[in-house]
Amino acid sequence: MTEQPKIRLRDVCKSFGNKRVLNGLDLDVGAGESVVVIGGSGTGKSVTLKCILGMMRPDAGTIEVDGESLIGIGDRDRDRVNRKIGMLFQGSALFDSLHVWENVAFGLLAEHRCSRREARDLAIHKMAMVGLGSDVARLYPAELSGGMQKRVGLARAIATDPEIIFFDEPTTGLDPIMADVINDLIVNVTRTMGATALSITHDMASVRKIANRVAMLYEGRIVWAGRVDELEDCANPYVDQFVHGRAEGPIRMAVRG
Amino acid sequence: MINPLQPVGRASLAILGTAGRLTLFTAEALSHCVRPPFYGRNILRAIVEIGYFSLPVVGLTALFAGMVLALQSYTGFARFSAEGAVANVVVLSITRELAPVLAGLMLAGRVGASMAAEIGTMRVTEQIDALTTLSTNPMKFLVAPRLIAGVAMLPLLVTVADVIGVFGGYLVSVYKLGFNPSNYLQSTWDFLQLQDYLSGMAKAAVFGFLVTLMGCYHGYNSRGGAQGVGTATTNAVVSASILILCFNYILTEAFFAR
Repeated sequence: MTEQPKIRLRDVCKSFGNKRVLNGLDLDVGAGESVVVIGGSGTGKSVTLKCILGMMRPDAGTIEVDGESLIGIGDRDRDRVNRKIGMLFQGSALFDSLHVWENVAFGLLAEHRCSRREARDLAIHKMAMVGLGSDVARLYPAELSGGMQKRVGLARAIATDPEIIFFDEPTTGLDPIMADVINDLIVNVTRTMGATALSITHDMASVRKIANRVAMLYEGRIVWAGRVDELEDCANPYVDQFVHGRAEGPIRMAVRG
Repeated sequence: MINPLQPVGRASLAILGTAGRLTLFTAEALSHCVRPPFYGRNILRAIVEIGYFSLPVVGLTALFAGMVLALQSYTGFARFSAEGAVANVVVLSITRELAPVLAGLMLAGRVGASMAAEIGTMRVTEQIDALTTLSTNPMKFLVAPRLIAGVAMLPLLVTVADVIGVFGGYLVSVYKLGFNPSNYLQSTWDFLQLQDYLSGMAKAAVFGFLVTLMGCYHGYNSRGGAQGVGTATTNAVVSASILILCFNYILTEAFFAR
């Protein structure tokens, strides 16, 4: 790959006490690409996203977005980089005290890009992109179902037209049909916007639908990476065990933390 | 030989660690209180929550404190034939001590707990992380408005509590103990000095800061789901209450010790 990757992680390490969660993680995400990181619980998938977003500081290694190193950058530069990124959280993470439209338009209002009236119109437009009507705009998040909350979270993630979107377990807790609807929405909005997507999930149906490339994380490092169509036939025993959901294999699940 | 010292060392390190984290949190929160942008809507919401909705509980507390104070001081002073000092004792106790301390403690129970629970829930449901991804500093958005509102509103609440507390003492003194109404009010007014009121205001501002700081700090650092939020709420109330009593002594010493 001669082209500069949109996101580049090299030898990233992160420990919590004696537990080493990331142990020399290397990952490239090309511009416009959709990469899905798979792996069991506690393998460091969420920590990886938090390190890129600056919510956690890695102990070692480099993280670059558009060739710019993010390690040790100041608050202002961090804000500028984070403006390129939208994120859909696992539990949607909607603000309870705000209306749905205010949640969607939060980033626009925070950056003072437009007036409240314009932000509301834009929020309704983004909500339409994820299949939500304007009648939902004045509701509070607690009044919505889990699937609708995910859609609102997705609308919020794309509201500022980010260049990069992170999806943290986007289908967790949803029924299979709603999960497929969310997967379709993810594919549609990322293609429409031409955004780079980095997702983490356990859901193999989701992987097959939204990924161009897949990376398997185990014990804090990438043990396999390749195209999504190579996933089923790859000879990697870790991938094979994870994809087929077998208890027997090289991956040992921690019974005790 | 070493083993008995281990718990002591561990506890000392934990205390120092907490003190360090709290100091850093306080410094960062204060810096966001004076640096723009300011979130006017959030400040207004916190002012309404802390000031307006605390009025009934603070008012009732002050009313009964004033009434009890008049009754107790009367029965005590009657032994020395000094019943005439009841009005003086009531107004001095209310303005200097009882109104700021009781209002602070009530605020710790009502507002400190709710802040810790709200911010703690936002922490465990990743809403605080979401703020970061939306170009919003959580300290500036969540903590600074509450601190500003706490420091601004508790002195106002205490002013109201001063008036209601003195009125409580007046009610008992006049209608139960048979004091002359105009003499009682005149005695109250003559004895009250500006310093008494201002010392209460200074205490109220400090207590308002402590209550909101503890609520925000424990909520912001809560971990581990519902249990973590519950622990944060308890810690916010307990630590704010202890700090109020501790700082009350320090401030009293600073204002009145000769």
